[in-house]
Amino acid sequence: MTALLEMRRIGKSFPGVKALDQVNLTVEAGEIHAICGENGAGKSTLMKVLSGVYPAGTYEGEIHYDDALASFRSIRDSEAKGIIIIHQELALVPLLSIAENMFLGNEVASRGVINWADAWARTSKLLAKVGLRENPQVPVGKLGVGKQQLIEIAKALAKDVRLLILDEPTAALQENDSAKLLDLMLELKAQGVTQIIISHKLNEIRRVADRVTVIRDGTTVSTMTKDEITEDRIIRDMVGRDMENRYPARTPKIGEVLMEVKGWNVTHPEQPRQVISDAGFTVRRGEILGIAGLMGSGRTELAMSLFGRSWGRNITGEVRIKGEKADLSSVSAAIHAGLAYVTEDRKSLGLILPEPIAKNVSLANLSGIAERGVLSRGREAQVAEGYRRAMRIRTPSVYQQVGNLSGGNQQKVVLSKWLFTEPDVLILDEPTRGIDVGAKYEIYNIMNDLAAQGRGVVMISSEMPEILGMCDRICVMNEGRIIGELSRDEASQEAIMAMILRDGILRDGILRDGAANGERVA
Amino acid sequence: MSEEKGIRAHLGGHLRENGMLLALLAIVAFFTILLQLREQPVNFLQPLNIANLFLQNGHVIILALGMLLVIVAGHIDLSVGSVAAFTGAFAAWAIVTLGLPVWLAVPMTLVVGGLIGAAQGYWVAYWRIPSFIVTLAGMLVFRGATMWMLAGQNIGPFPREFQFMANGYLPDLTGIGKPHGLTLILSAAAIMVLVWLGLRARARDAGFGIAPEPMGFFTTRMVVLTLAIGFVGWQLASFRGFPVVMVILVVLTVIYAFFTENTVAGRRIYALGGNEKATKLSGIRTERMVFLCFVNMGVLASLAGMIVTARLNSATPKAGMGFELDAIASVFIGGAAMSGGSGTIIGVVIGALIMGVMNMGMSMMSLGIDYQQMIKGLVLLAAVWFDIYNKQKRG
Repeated sequence: MTALLEMRRIGKSFPGVKALDQVNLTVEAGEIHAICGENGAGKSTLMKVLSGVYPAGTYEGEIHYDDALASFRSIRDSEAKGIIIIHQELALVPLLSIAENMFLGNEVASRGVINWADAWARTSKLLAKVGLRENPQVPVGKLGVGKQQLIEIAKALAKDVRLLILDEPTAALQENDSAKLLDLMLELKAQGVTQIIISHKLNEIRRVADRVTVIRDGTTVSTMTKDEITEDRIIRDMVGRDMENRYPARTPKIGEVLMEVKGWNVTHPEQPRQVISDAGFTVRRGEILGIAGLMGSGRTELAMSLFGRSWGRNITGEVRIKGEKADLSSVSAAIHAGLAYVTEDRKSLGLILPEPIAKNVSLANLSGIAERGVLSRGREAQVAEGYRRAMRIRTPSVYQQVGNLSGGNQQKVVLSKWLFTEPDVLILDEPTRGIDVGAKYEIYNIMNDLAAQGRGVVMISSEMPEILGMCDRICVMNEGRIIGELSRDEASQEAIMAMILRDGILRDGILRDGAANGERVA
Repeated sequence: MSEEKGIRAHLGGHLRENGMLLALLAIVAFFTILLQLREQPVNFLQPLNIANLFLQNGHVIILALGMLLVIVAGHIDLSVGSVAAFTGAFAAWAIVTLGLPVWLAVPMTLVVGGLIGAAQGYWVAYWRIPSFIVTLAGMLVFRGATMWMLAGQNIGPFPREFQFMANGYLPDLTGIGKPHGLTLILSAAAIMVLVWLGLRARARDAGFGIAPEPMGFFTTRMVVLTLAIGFVGWQLASFRGFPVVMVILVVLTVIYAFFTENTVAGRRIYALGGNEKATKLSGIRTERMVFLCFVNMGVLASLAGMIVTARLNSATPKAGMGFELDAIASVFIGGAAMSGGSGTIIGVVIGALIMGVMNMGMSMMSLGIDYQQMIKGLVLLAAVWFDIYNKQKRG
């Protein structure tokens, strides 16, 4: 094997920060090379250097690509050589069709006039390559994230890709979509496309990667080959220390029932279909309850409809908190009743990014820092400072803009905000999404503390190991209903999947179409 | 690194306001020097001009205060010029045609302004029709309504009490007369309150462990402000004292500055402008806040409308043309973001004064209206560019 890409002693400085220092990366032709590292370790910066976002001359070191010294001055330069990056945030225009997106900036046209027939035909061919059968004229926004991700890859194939870089491609995907994507990666590898994958998900890395390079604090820590790859070793290199247990130990002290939901029904806000039907669950004092289920099973919808009817319409059902019937008719009523909801999407639903930590922490309980409608900035600063210490939010001061913090620290700010409302029950929706291993551990610790304080914690997560590792009891959701409950001892990935599978068969009456069911459940 | 970042962040935060103040002073100095160098030197800072600056631009500042809240909430109001004209016409109808007493007609007109704001805010807040559309409609509707109400004619003149609001000066209760004693006392009091508030805020910040503004900056700003207020106060005292409009402006500015920075309601408006969904999920009724911003804008538009009508001593169908643009420009020169969530009252007032000083200075240099418009447009562009440039450098 020969090296397709060799990045030697790469260094990149920003005012006041050395983002990369002496990074070495060698990618062999035809391999899948994984890059691991905590958020802020420099992975994305390295890829920006490679793709010409930071033009040649603004970084130190050398890039050898295809046996020649490369000096890309823009993304256009690197794309011309077949280096294509697919970013975490997809670069598709939702209102344009698949075909229009596929050839955006590279239209199938002669003298400025688009040849639609040709564009559609070529799009269909490319879609087939990534295993999609969609009409090329369908707007991209109508497709799920999984399919959009595949379209991005098809788009790369349209440009004669030689080195495909995927930046956390499965971060927003459900397990079955992730599996499809990883299969596609292996298929592309068989066709000779060299690939780099940046990922936090260690099981995926083990599945597809031939070699792994770990980056920490802007330098290369190690590169390991396939037979050397173990999750423990990757984690150790990423965080710089041994991580004996990924889930902190705790002895639950479970008390009386704190919150009880009965017969909860919700209709979709725009479509005439019921999204949640007859859902019910209980949370006890000191307990961490998990809600597991596939994407689209209604977990987030259940949580948001409970939290002040923030989602859906025609909501019916009963909720009791501490034995009393709770008024959850608006968000402020729900907060008053002792409920808090940490959203799945912290950037767009949880935080005001341009505002400092202090103002974000106080937002859900402004009366807690005010007297007769007049704010006390001093009290606000004290409160925020208290949470900064308790939560170990890494920042020089509580006046730092939240947008400048890492994902883990942002999540701690959101948690602080909700703790300041003094909730009895916290619903955490994907609390560790997009957060690196070290920060995840801290979030788990915080969750354990909350339970130890006698609060009820409800955790919604798509990551099965996390649910299994953290929760005392797990409710399994499918198609808007809670179909069963597993205790910590009974719970396993297989048990949960079996429950969902059985529910699917039960509801369909008979197994009409084995392939369709298999696909949905796999 | 963190230390350095803290200071830079601090400078970034205050750079804007300090920079604005400097820009205002520089523009004043520029015109003063330029007018002195002419063949027949004119004193730009003569008392009459200072009084006129407030008399002629008071309505813009009043509108800009309300416009800031609307823009911070992530909206815009294009109708304020038409609403000011309509409410001015309404006041004229009530006072001149119906012969209602001024003390009754003024609050009535404010209520009418509030109702107009509520009507527009309703569509924006509860039906989520873009404010640009709703207030563009309002701009046409209320211009038409003004013409209908006045039947194409001017209504006037007004009784003296009504004119007093726009053209009057504070009576000298001390009886000194020349210089105007009350004006001197108020100026001195203003300086003392300003310095005391500044020192108190610093002490409090230190008490709570908030990094205070470097002492040098603070002292310099206080000295500049003291000199500016002292100078304006002395000049006006040697003339006819404080104009009533100026007193209204100062009172409103203090109220709105306090409201935006120190009240729960004010904070909610900034939060919703910063991220409406997150604010809503924090238990804040964002629709209601947007609605109230428009009601407030309507009330201020009617106040501005009355002041303009009183100054001209007649309500005319053409009143208030282009007010919305002056107010919006002041807000953006004052550092507010188009996307909502940021901007300060002090910045907006300085922004409006910059526009006012430029209007006056350019007129005194007998620069044609054609050039004036072009220069004002470029100043707006430059101010906003400066903001974005700074943000990019920091980001």
